[in-house]
Amino acid sequence: MAKVLVVTSGKGGVGKTTTTAALGAALAQRGDKVVVVDFDVGLRNLDLVMGAERRVVFDLINVVQGVAKLPQALIRDKRLENLWLLPASQTRDKDALTEEGVGKVIEDLRSRFDWVICDSPAGIERGASMAMRFADEAVIVTNPEVSSVRDSDRIIGMLDSKTVRAEKGERVEKHILITRYDPSRAARGEMLTIDDILEILATPLLGIIPESQDVLKASNVGTPVTLSNTEGAPARAYIDAARRLCGDTVPMQVPSERKGFMDRLLRRRAA
Amino acid sequence: MSMRLLRLLRGNKASAPVARERLQILLAHERGQRGQPDLLGVLREEILAVVSRHVTLDPTKVIVRLDRGDEVSTLEVDIEVPNDFERKRVAVA
Repeated sequence: MAKVLVVTSGKGGVGKTTTTAALGAALAQRGDKVVVVDFDVGLRNLDLVMGAERRVVFDLINVVQGVAKLPQALIRDKRLENLWLLPASQTRDKDALTEEGVGKVIEDLRSRFDWVICDSPAGIERGASMAMRFADEAVIVTNPEVSSVRDSDRIIGMLDSKTVRAEKGERVEKHILITRYDPSRAARGEMLTIDDILEILATPLLGIIPESQDVLKASNVGTPVTLSNTEGAPARAYIDAARRLCGDTVPMQVPSERKGFMDRLLRRRAA
Repeated sequence: MSMRLLRLLRGNKASAPVARERLQILLAHERGQRGQPDLLGVLREEILAVVSRHVTLDPTKVIVRLDRGDEVSTLEVDIEVPNDFERKRVAVA
């Protein structure tokens, strides 16, 4: 059974595209057939994070409007043969995403893939509502910070009312993914704790991705972080999250400070 | 533990509990509003309709604002009317 998963957040810059690429690659690496779909019409970036920016010919809007057939627009990943990308359009015509057109494309993708991962744009407008419209599951990317948590709450409200599943009286299965988690700031009481966020949003946790240079490095070179530095903390956290999406039981790793004695000593002096 | 000790010595408070409390209060309010018709929008439309029956108005000059206080809230309606509206009324009558 194909699953349609939306990666969403409301707020921009929290890591939706990074997460889409990382989870897509991790699921593909398990052997599932995966397509990542960029819904950020006008501001596409998933192609760049996936390292496929020079291979885009047709896009989602072309397929929705019937200008191109779906197989023409799908771009196969160069590293993983069962990972594909459906890019967004660079033209700023958001209204081209009609519900009927998007619905047909999603149905077609369902018949070809195990996972259809929709990378939502920020905001709560058309692009974001179309990205979540046909979802079976949702990953809500949240930073441990007040504005991000507030926007996540708003998005949860939309997932519970504005999706096809919600309108049929069914549930969209929701997961919180906390990104940019900084253990040292958490220890100093400067950052909302994991428990605070989960209590406020009343939604189960999929994973905690620590703040890391690996993420920026991966996007610099156009490789999903789960493929670039597989031993790094964010890659491991994303791989665990992907396993949980598949139903595996994986113990949750809360990132902690791993500093040597000298580091701590110097750090305190500096502070 | 040592971090907490350090904080005690320095005397600065953690800000995360403040964040949690502010969020809990805000979201409790926002969740209550969700799915409700936009009260201010409805009020604005109806006030505009009533006043427009008597005075020609620029719809963009009708501002309805709600200020929530601890005890009471105030509804502020600010309507800008053109200076010659009374003369026009006489002419119509």
